[in-house]
Amino acid sequence: MRQMQLDPDARRGLSLISIPFAFSILLLAAPLMILLAMSVWTQDFLTLDRTPTLDNFVEAWTDPIYRTLMLRSLKISIIVTLVTVCLAYPAAYYMSFVAPNNRKALLIFLITIPFWTSYLMRIFLWKVILGFNGVINGSLMGLGLIDQPLDFILYNQLAVVVTLSHAWLPFAVLPIFVVMEKVNRAYLEAAQDLGDTPFWRFIRITLPLSMPGVVAATLIVFVPTIGDYVTPKLVGGPSGLMIANMIEVQFKNANNAPLGAALALSALLLVTSVAGIFVWLNRRYLTSEGAA
Amino acid sequence: MSKRILTTFMIVFTLFLYAPTLLLPIFAFNDSSIIAFPLSGFTFEWFYSLTEADELRGAALNSLIIAAASSVLATCLALLATSATVRYKFPGKGLMIGVIMVPMFLPEIIIGVSLLTVVLLAGLKLSIYTIIMGHTLICTPFAIAILRSSFQQLDPSLEEASLDLGETRFDTFRRITLPLIMPGVTSSLLIAFTISLDEFVIAFFLSGTEPTLPVYIWSQLRFPQRIPSVMALGTLLLLLSIGLLTLSEVLRRRSVRRLGQHDTSGAW
Amino acid sequence: MIELSNIEKHYGSYHALRDVTCHIKEGEFFSLLGPSGSGKTTLLRTIAGFEGIDSGSVVIGGQSMAGVPPNKRPTNMVFQSYAIFPHMSVAQNVAYGLRAQRLGKTRTTEMVTEALGKVGLAGYGERAAHALSGGQRQRVALARALILKPKVLLLDEPLSALDRKLREEMQSELRHLQRSLGITFVLVTHDQEEALTMSDRVAVMFEGEIAQLDTPQALYKRPASKRVAEFFGAMNILKAEILGLKGGIVTTRIEGLGVAEIPLGPEADTHGGNKYCAGVRPELMTVLDDGESAYPKENPAIVTDVEYRGELTYYDVKFDGSDTPVVVSMRNTTNREIKEVGQKVRIGWENASAVLLLEQT
Repeated sequence: MRQMQLDPDARRGLSLISIPFAFSILLLAAPLMILLAMSVWTQDFLTLDRTPTLDNFVEAWTDPIYRTLMLRSLKISIIVTLVTVCLAYPAAYYMSFVAPNNRKALLIFLITIPFWTSYLMRIFLWKVILGFNGVINGSLMGLGLIDQPLDFILYNQLAVVVTLSHAWLPFAVLPIFVVMEKVNRAYLEAAQDLGDTPFWRFIRITLPLSMPGVVAATLIVFVPTIGDYVTPKLVGGPSGLMIANMIEVQFKNANNAPLGAALALSALLLVTSVAGIFVWLNRRYLTSEGAA
Repeated sequence: MSKRILTTFMIVFTLFLYAPTLLLPIFAFNDSSIIAFPLSGFTFEWFYSLTEADELRGAALNSLIIAAASSVLATCLALLATSATVRYKFPGKGLMIGVIMVPMFLPEIIIGVSLLTVVLLAGLKLSIYTIIMGHTLICTPFAIAILRSSFQQLDPSLEEASLDLGETRFDTFRRITLPLIMPGVTSSLLIAFTISLDEFVIAFFLSGTEPTLPVYIWSQLRFPQRIPSVMALGTLLLLLSIGLLTLSEVLRRRSVRRLGQHDTSGAW
Repeated sequence: MIELSNIEKHYGSYHALRDVTCHIKEGEFFSLLGPSGSGKTTLLRTIAGFEGIDSGSVVIGGQSMAGVPPNKRPTNMVFQSYAIFPHMSVAQNVAYGLRAQRLGKTRTTEMVTEALGKVGLAGYGERAAHALSGGQRQRVALARALILKPKVLLLDEPLSALDRKLREEMQSELRHLQRSLGITFVLVTHDQEEALTMSDRVAVMFEGEIAQLDTPQALYKRPASKRVAEFFGAMNILKAEILGLKGGIVTTRIEGLGVAEIPLGPEADTHGGNKYCAGVRPELMTVLDDGESAYPKENPAIVTDVEYRGELTYYDVKFDGSDTPVVVSMRNTTNREIKEVGQKVRIGWENASAVLLLEQT
């Protein structure tokens, strides 16, 4: 009845948010729609053929090169996410539950500082660490442990995983830490008072209550990883290349933007559906069980 | 027992985090054009060489302009979005703020290629403006995350009291809201500035003839003989970032003290 | 001064204010009293202009407030949290609302000094806002609102954050301030004692409705309903059967006490099939000593519990032929003996001891 009439507060809120929202629509949603349109067109040498076709998607999903790159990107994203979250969790736990209160701000400061090193430099420095004449090989040879440099540590997927995990660590630590900080310490005391050992207290109280932080960390790491361009290019070698490198090739060198658009959207679809399944499973099994 | 394991883990974890960063100054001062151990000697040569690179100056200027513009734009957009979501209830709120926050979770390459597609189709020229737009888009969610906590710590009755005492909404924002969320605004500006300064992928896709600093660095990484200079540049950038971050923390602590509040938030 | 007519307000499906109508007189100390969630704060914020209303009207000083924002209303408010601006000094806080009047520095300083003096904070102007105690913050909030010479001062639970001693001090101080200034005060409180001691009139609110509006004495003596009666101090609620109505006097059979003739209150209405019960205040009955017979009515009872509280003694008694325990309080004067549990006693009362109360449906 009076639903269409908005009270002044609602109107004020709407008018305030309309500007940033319009900005997002104009620069995010609309370009994504245009990207979608581009992906169903065809590059005909220098001109665009605007008859809608799914050929680019068919190519993106069936051509072995693209399929290999796509699956490899997904695999690397999953592994990177697992490694990152598994390393970030105990670090966040330490910061929240073990470190004294007056040290927490300092610890956060400490773990964020290295990440104000230029992103490109950080990745390049991993190349220096893992390289043929790099820090690891140099040290191992200096110690007399090996006679010649190990060549399997750079230019492969392992190097990509190490480098990306390192790059994402603070982004994973912070959301987990924030959620852990909100856990009421009385719950832990209550659990112990009711007879839980520290191990069971962790399994039954801390872990389920910190799950929202883990989910946030997972999403923050997992989705963007599939689009990483620099790391595979610098430390991946031919066997470590990922889909983003191919998207760049299609947009720039190969001048086939429609295929690039189809590849980009396919990759996005792939990660968001995997992420969606993850969130759904988590809601369904982990969190609800923790709450019950 | 488990405490000791965790502490050991934390030390190893921190070393792992710092490993690449610690190498940066080492090679920046190393008197050799090859980036490898063993080290050969101490030199300032690579820092001097930076003063002679004209291209670098142009790229740095572009980056500063882009970072300044996008941090201000992102913070303004975030102020609007945050004051709307923290203070008011309205239909479609969750959806709208969701759309605005999406870039935080989106691979940057998607933003890069979609903006590139628009520019290509519209027949526009790539320029620093396209990069500013892209960076504003990715910085806004971070600015919102920072400002949201500032707004939430602000007692809404302070704004009501100002209105009640006869001030207009605009003057209330100017005299009450803004001074009280200033630490958040400062952090938001600094964080957005740093994100933009460091962002590579979007800039890489959207820069035409005017590279940003990361795009310039990327182009230099192909030439082995330029790498020591890049290390020197990286060292300077690191110092700049740490300086900005420390400044933001100092400002935040000072304002916390001035307002006599309890220090609840972390280093940001 | 303030005329509220037929105000309705919903938050989604929640009915926050139901057909609220009341008239607050000029220069009166008016209280809105009710439990949390009764709509009293919403009503105050409606007067201040912070909450819109679905229908009805707010008129202040003869002017309709429809569409008038809070900053244009002739009201000022003391917030529950006091809302002292933390980044300003005491003087800056107090001078805050004067900016629009462009009075010049000297005049502003004069007015601030005067306002601070009025609330007992002379010389505190340069203090930082966060260096104040709870009571001082409240005084600053008062000075800041009063300096604008509002027609109406709105106070949202201003004393709830203070400890008991300070609260009692501030109660009488507020009362004196209101009398000397002659400004209309509207106070929101959940504390019935506070409402009774400070106000000229009190509106008791339940679930978004004004249940009764009257002077403190009338509210205490002649509550209209069981709920209002129970909100103000102790009240024995007894079953009542209406036997007849004649000339404004209701003849009622009260459980345990017998037949009483009670004057009909203004809000009561014995027609429409409403259910009634009787209420008797503990202090309006007397546990009679042997040979004492100062009351027109007497009923035999047995003492089931005795609670000695120094100044008063509370007896739980049961009347013959009734199972409902009834509380009777006695002032411990020098001659009066304290009865014991199990002792048979006579309870003295009169018609005026009982009131007829509307039961909630």
